[in-house]
Amino acid sequence: MTGSSVLFDAPGPKARRNSLIASVVGGLAIAGGLLWVALTLAAPRGDLPGYFDPSRWDIFADPTVWRYIFVAGVWGTLRAALTAAVLALILGVVFSLLRSAQRAWIRIPTAVVLEFIRGMPVLLMMLFILLVLSTGSFWAVVAALALYNGVLIGEALRAGLAALPRGQREAGLSLGMRSMQSKMLIEFPQAFRQMLPIIIAQLVVLLKDTSLGYIVGYVELLRVNMNQLASFYGNYYLFSFFVVTLVLYLAMNLSLSWFARWVARRTERRTGMKPPSPEDEDQAMLRAKAIAESQQTPQGGAL
Amino acid sequence: MDAVIENLPLYLQGFGMTLLLLVVSGIAALVIGTLIAAMRISPVASLRGFATVYTELVRNTPLTLVLFFCAFVLPQLGSRLDYATAAIIGLSVYTSPFVAEALRSGVNGVPVGQAEAARSVGFGFSQTVSLIVLPQAFRMTIPPLINVFIALTKNTSVAGGFFVVELFAVGRTLANANGDAVIAILLGVATFYLLITVPLGLLAARLERRWVVQR
Repeated sequence: MTGSSVLFDAPGPKARRNSLIASVVGGLAIAGGLLWVALTLAAPRGDLPGYFDPSRWDIFADPTVWRYIFVAGVWGTLRAALTAAVLALILGVVFSLLRSAQRAWIRIPTAVVLEFIRGMPVLLMMLFILLVLSTGSFWAVVAALALYNGVLIGEALRAGLAALPRGQREAGLSLGMRSMQSKMLIEFPQAFRQMLPIIIAQLVVLLKDTSLGYIVGYVELLRVNMNQLASFYGNYYLFSFFVVTLVLYLAMNLSLSWFARWVARRTERRTGMKPPSPEDEDQAMLRAKAIAESQQTPQGGAL
Repeated sequence: MDAVIENLPLYLQGFGMTLLLLVVSGIAALVIGTLIAAMRISPVASLRGFATVYTELVRNTPLTLVLFFCAFVLPQLGSRLDYATAAIIGLSVYTSPFVAEALRSGVNGVPVGQAEAARSVGFGFSQTVSLIVLPQAFRMTIPPLINVFIALTKNTSVAGGFFVVELFAVGRTLANANGDAVIAILLGVATFYLLITVPLGLLAARLERRWVVQR
């Protein structure tokens, strides 16, 4: 990191005091902003009480509401995410094989199709599958998510394969393995492990994107809470249901994100190799692609 | 195919809305994201903490939920914005942490040794920053930033689910009205998206190759 410590001389007592003052002032400004939001929400709305009034939250004391949220909503989301994740991983392996195929008539059309899928909104794919293949909303959501994320996972795996030392493959071939055996038994397990943080980060995106199912009519967390429950209990509870939905989504996504980071740290410790950071899926993908491309040129050098 | 040509004006109208969403929320996200990135690398602890929490929370909230908030919950809270404006706000907020991370990783990606070398040959602060650090940070930032905007282009389609008449919404309406030409209509919509995303993707890949800093 280009720390300010390198750009400036070490801060003296005056600079440190200024920084502390700025920190306190900034903290107060942020606290003030949050307080303003809280007070606005707490203020009564016309004849109705404010949003923190207990009467707006009393329905959550009823276990049936929670059972419905979890059985229909959370499970609907997780079911779609899990199915799509498994399919995306399988498709990822298939796509990376096809795209790195030796024969140009396999490699080039695959590349075109994959670029097409990557450049299209997932939502449009869901609508397409729903209307054209009439699969029902569950499979429309699952198939679109599996295809889109399969392409990105395939790209990551391809970069992982390209980043392996050439000797790994040569050793496999010299033992008398066929090309495919060497790929499956020697190269893929290593590439998969190297790219695991990126793949998990991609699965966070997949989990987040299941909420697109709301728009194509799939019954998941967002639809259950904000459409079915909120219209059953009335607009009076809309804000409360929104807060509960937000918290549930954050709980699911943050735990998966943290898991991705934990895996990344562990991979780094075990292999001593810094895996691509799972910070942001797009950047990670771009870096993965750059690795793959630099490996294909002869002067790319070993990594 | 006829259904696409007949409805070309509708397509163009939707495409215009998509472009509007892309450009306006892209600029707004750039502004918010720069602020967040500046807070995140500043020496002021409280701002840094706020920026970190903001990034984590917004990035882990589904876009559908953000736009739902803008379309249904904001009016409950007393906002009088029309759906397109609300969607632009939602898209900008949702995209801003991704912009911030792209900027931050660019600045952080410049090795400390570069700045040390600059100082050791007697460069002052402004020379080090303007001649050594920023040019390298810029090169490493632009390609990921383009990728963020590609993602934003695709994300504008979600606004179509919340009463904004852009490409996706136009496609859905047309597909419902012309049951016999669904494939052609949706492929038409896809083409318009690809008109934005493919050139941007090629540009990002090209800049990445040309600007890659060999280390």
